[in-house]
Amino acid sequence: MNVQTRLPAASPHAGLAYRKVRDRLVETFLLVAALVAVFTTIAIVIVLVRESLPFFEHVSLKDFLTDTMWTPLFADARYGILPLVAGTLVTTLVALAVAIPAGTLIAIYLSEFAPHRLRETVKPALELLGAVPTVVYGYFALMMVTPFLQKLIPGLPGFNMLSAGLVIGIMIIPYVASVSEDAMRSVPNYMREGSYAMGATRFQTATRVVVPGALSGIAAAYILGISRAVGETMVVAVAAGLQPNLTWNPTEPAATITAFIVQVSLGDLPHDSIGYQSIFAAGLVLMLMTLVFNIAGFTLTRKFREAY
Amino acid sequence: MSAATTDEAIRRIRADVSRRKVLDQVFVVVGLLVMFAALLVLAVLFIDLVRTGAPRLNLDFLTQFPSRKAERAGILSAWVGTSLIMLTTAAITMPIGVAAAIYLEEYAPKNWLTAIIEINVTNLAGVPSIIYGLLALGLFVYQFQLGQSILTAGLTLSLLILPIVIVATREALRAVPRTIREAAYALGATRWEVTAHHVLPYSMGGILTGMIIGLSRAIGETAPLITIGALSFIAFLPQSPFTSEFPFVSFAWLTDSFTAMPIQMFNWVSRPDPKFQVNAAAAGAILLGMTLLMNGIAIWLRYRFRKRINW
Amino acid sequence: MSTLQTPSGAPQGGPGPAAPAQAAGGRIVTPRPSVEPGRGPASEEGVVVKSRAENLSFHYGPVRALKGLNIEIREKRVTALIGPSGCGKTTFLRCFNRMHDLTPGTRYEGSIHLYPDDFDLVAKGVDPIEVRMRIGMVFQKPNPFPKTIFENVAYGLKVRGMRSNARIGEEVEKALRRAAIWDEVKDRLDSSGLSLSGGQQQRLCIARALATNPEILLFDEPTSALDPIATARIEELIAELRDQVTVIIVTHNMQQAARVSDYTAFMYLGELIEFDNTSKLFTNPSQKATEDYITGRYG
Repeated sequence: MNVQTRLPAASPHAGLAYRKVRDRLVETFLLVAALVAVFTTIAIVIVLVRESLPFFEHVSLKDFLTDTMWTPLFADARYGILPLVAGTLVTTLVALAVAIPAGTLIAIYLSEFAPHRLRETVKPALELLGAVPTVVYGYFALMMVTPFLQKLIPGLPGFNMLSAGLVIGIMIIPYVASVSEDAMRSVPNYMREGSYAMGATRFQTATRVVVPGALSGIAAAYILGISRAVGETMVVAVAAGLQPNLTWNPTEPAATITAFIVQVSLGDLPHDSIGYQSIFAAGLVLMLMTLVFNIAGFTLTRKFREAY
Repeated sequence: MSAATTDEAIRRIRADVSRRKVLDQVFVVVGLLVMFAALLVLAVLFIDLVRTGAPRLNLDFLTQFPSRKAERAGILSAWVGTSLIMLTTAAITMPIGVAAAIYLEEYAPKNWLTAIIEINVTNLAGVPSIIYGLLALGLFVYQFQLGQSILTAGLTLSLLILPIVIVATREALRAVPRTIREAAYALGATRWEVTAHHVLPYSMGGILTGMIIGLSRAIGETAPLITIGALSFIAFLPQSPFTSEFPFVSFAWLTDSFTAMPIQMFNWVSRPDPKFQVNAAAAGAILLGMTLLMNGIAIWLRYRFRKRINW
Repeated sequence: MSTLQTPSGAPQGGPGPAAPAQAAGGRIVTPRPSVEPGRGPASEEGVVVKSRAENLSFHYGPVRALKGLNIEIREKRVTALIGPSGCGKTTFLRCFNRMHDLTPGTRYEGSIHLYPDDFDLVAKGVDPIEVRMRIGMVFQKPNPFPKTIFENVAYGLKVRGMRSNARIGEEVEKALRRAAIWDEVKDRLDSSGLSLSGGQQQRLCIARALATNPEILLFDEPTSALDPIATARIEELIAELRDQVTVIIVTHNMQQAARVSDYTAFMYLGELIEFDNTSKLFTNPSQKATEDYITGRYG
């Protein structure tokens, strides 16, 4: 039997081996780049734990969590984290009191009421609001908001948590509004149509159908806002003062966890002093708080994405 | 049913509807008010900064070093520092961020490793900036012995904006339609060839936008820089990148101490002397102006880019 | 469906009674039915088998989308795959250039032989890229790259390592001529591929695929997104390509299959029901299912 084997004219195999090897190398490099994110997280955990370990050898966990004064740099040093946590919580609550109503209102308006052109113009403008450097917001709080508030509240000290909290609130409005609005827009139109078909007004549809439908996305937006407020540093460092103060009164000055870290870093501390280690201990607490909020936000976002 | 009852019913319906619509209109007014109040803040802020800082907004300000005398204190070292840091940050983040995004979008199989990477990227986006400062302090300054230098600052800010760049790049890559990839594969291209010859070039606009947004965030970051030990009274400039002898380019500036614009502003704001507040306002006006400009460019690019390629 | 026979093709496990010892492939076949009479195209004098699917099955995850297909593709002839939506014709087409490899969770069983070197396209260990360098595809919706017309056609050549600009220019012109679009674009090779009309874009995509001299050219419903005039031009083009290129075309338009193809295969629910000369299949099909489909009893 005569078998004419006739291979195709130009062999495509030429160069293919090289291309495959090159592809493998490229893929490895890309994977390493992607792993940087994982390494960063691991590094953060290691550094925070390792540098604060000496601190916890010196200070008992009980003192840390229950002592009401935080004065690690004094001769008679006290190491209770409560004042810093209180400062963080109070400023965050003030911020949320501003950001949650305003952000949600804006989100509802943009999603359900605003004409298309208006929405397309306002959304980037809101983005700009969120892009302002935080130190500039700090200046704003100290030099403009505080004097203004002092007219309303006589006796308000120059440094106070109220100004700082209000400005942080303004700063996170764009985050809350943007994520909430995305959640609301994902509610399918047929749900709105069902409501309108029954003679409901836009406001009723928005509040009774859309908002409940977007609830987990909106909750995720709030959590994102909380996370941002808790981690905010410069506004409080500039406007709330740097004196740790265990109080729930926002008109008083106080220090947050973040402000404390900044204050210590401004000075010059030797590498193995307890002052240096205390900022890592504080950072560890901050990281844990943020982690809890991030996880909550993440699970809620997943839930809202799956719903549709 | 008599005509009178039907009229009565219609009148009642109309009254009810107009009552409810009032609420609608009230809400529209309230919504608009709140929205514009928020934006008004931005405008008030900018205007006030410019007005207060006006006396110092001149060329001298840009060319003088900080000084104990407010009238003579300038931001020369600060803006040079910021520029060099931004350069370093961009040089580090761009390759890593884009590479990571390409891996996640074009290569990554659906397994546990990919899930871990994605969770980490999302998580890092929510980590407070000061934690990055602490990381840098422990890792770059002390462990790697890089000291309190521009290189350290660049590395720190790179990690900070990495999630932003990765997310923006992934979105840009995703916008390239599947059929373009299929056409390239059908011609015998390998995965990298498809990515490099087609997906990347067409998504460059989106990638650039993401980079600009990331940098505009980095430019205003103060806390991590303070933590790694940026000083605010630097009366000298880092070494020049250009030298007069071969090879004409030097990287020695990477190891120099530094200051940056937001740090300088913070320093001035913290001083009780009102004359320094003027300086702070001027620095703030410049910083805010730069940030708004960068964001504006990014938004415009994003808009332009969406219109350009008609898939 | 008891009237459905097992997929017509070479009887399982070996050649038919009158065939020589080895299954025909890459050799001139003497006129004899390669399958049982009435169940497959009679072979023609001088026509060679280019490719043969043997017991080909395909799985999307747990779903078995193709069930043991056996079919022979004749060289330099046009073979059409027809059938109702979901019958697996596009799935089958995409097996030839391993496009399914881009989707995770897919699995091939059986083999597709490519002659003359008897290369099994779907064997484990065969690189899909190598397959795609020998087999080209034109897609349903025209998908030129957002590059110039010239670069679109040149891309496949560059990927194969062609460097000489002169040579590339020649091949590009040759391909554009073969795709019957040279005269319309020769003055604007530098303009974007996307600036062409839908029909022109599709001819550009055909030129792009032809430039690399594929051994088989696959068409996946190439005119379903085009207007009737553009459709007619493409059909003319495919008819011209006969005798130059081996073509497999999937179409849901039966009249198109009747117009352009030499052989037609009718598929249903992942199985090959009938495969014969086009004229015979459309005028005197041997399977009732085929007849029902072409007379429009179901779509």
